[in-house]
Amino acid sequence: MKKDVKNEFGVFGERPQVPKKLYNAKYIFGGLLIFLALVILPILPNLGKAVPPPKPQVDTPAIQKLAGQDKQCVEDTAWMRANHMLLLNDWREEVVRTGKREYTGKGGKKYNPSLSNTCMECHSNKSQFCDQCHNYVAVVPNCWGCHLEKEKKVAKAEAK
Amino acid sequence: MSISRRDFIRIAGLSTLFGLGARGAYELIAPGQLEAKSVPEAAATGKRWAMVVDMHKVDADTARKCAVACHRLHNVPDFANPVNPKYKVDPEELVRWEVKWIWTDHFHNTFPGLDQQFQQERLDKLPFLVLCNHCENPACVRVCPTQATFRREDGVVMMDMHRCIGCRYCMAACPYGARSFNWRDPRPYVKEINPDYPTRELGVVEKCTFCVERLEKNLMPACVVESKGALIFGDLNNPKSTVRQVLRQSYTIRRKPHLGTNPQVYYIV
Repeated sequence: MKKDVKNEFGVFGERPQVPKKLYNAKYIFGGLLIFLALVILPILPNLGKAVPPPKPQVDTPAIQKLAGQDKQCVEDTAWMRANHMLLLNDWREEVVRTGKREYTGKGGKKYNPSLSNTCMECHSNKSQFCDQCHNYVAVVPNCWGCHLEKEKKVAKAEAK
Repeated sequence: MSISRRDFIRIAGLSTLFGLGARGAYELIAPGQLEAKSVPEAAATGKRWAMVVDMHKVDADTARKCAVACHRLHNVPDFANPVNPKYKVDPEELVRWEVKWIWTDHFHNTFPGLDQQFQQERLDKLPFLVLCNHCENPACVRVCPTQATFRREDGVVMMDMHRCIGCRYCMAACPYGARSFNWRDPRPYVKEINPDYPTRELGVVEKCTFCVERLEKNLMPACVVESKGALIFGDLNNPKSTVRQVLRQSYTIRRKPHLGTNPQVYYIV
């Protein structure tokens, strides 16, 4: 039955009654479900599992061969862990721009400041020593675009 | 308002005096900077590396050996010989992508303007060994926006690959074509990788560095060792050095000296 509505502006016909209903409900909820599934899916495999913290390996055959005192890195281990990137940047500046190819480390020992030829000579396990931590903290140093890792060559030499 | 002849002459004279004084003041603040130098003076101390190419001793075989030794030592890619056949390069791109530190060229390309219609016959056949001239006044260094290329105190024009942004201004500036751009990752084209020397990456410019890493160890550049006396390398600041002796004894020419870059590779033709 039609009911007229009266207000101060006049008399109006009743507004059309729209049924309170969600149209296309199955498509909407179906879509939402698929969306949620897609969002959750990549999280599920690692749910509740802690990623093990990296344990960089320092017992490469090259290091094992070194005598007691020589086993020391160019600087303290703790300092190196925090600042190796700064040290490498300094080495890079000094070698390339000033041509200074000598670095006096802790204890006065002299080193050739070179990533491939000094660092990687002892730490010949790039995947264990470098990549493990860098992957864990999601940093991508661009050293290896040009500088060569010697891991494969060292592995080959050891296999012989 | 008018000005009397007397006042005009007085003001003009004083202005002239002031102008002359300004030049003196400039000399006082920055002595020797006002005049452009046509012949730069060499630093009295320290080393100044230079090379002499004796074309009486260079033949095609020596030239090839020098280039191979250099390119093998510095991991210079050879796009004609990929490690894996699937990386084969089109002939057109082969020319465009070529990376070279030291190579050979004809006389008329090496010394444009010096070639004549009628000239000594052997000049047409000689393989002129050309490389970066390590200029005293390098055009590439002037234009580099990041100072990735710079001149060391010993005269070597160096590349800092870490700073190179690949804009190729230096390639446009270099009148000798001594610079090459890495249009793609060079690693698949280095047959025997020398692990002691880095390769380059996509998007950087590279060139001869006079083997700074060998000079540091008191070794001669790789091409000089391989040339068996055809290339003479040494310190220009040392009057007793072999280069100075050779330069004293022989008439030498340089590539495009009129451009004012003051190249430091000399040729005995």
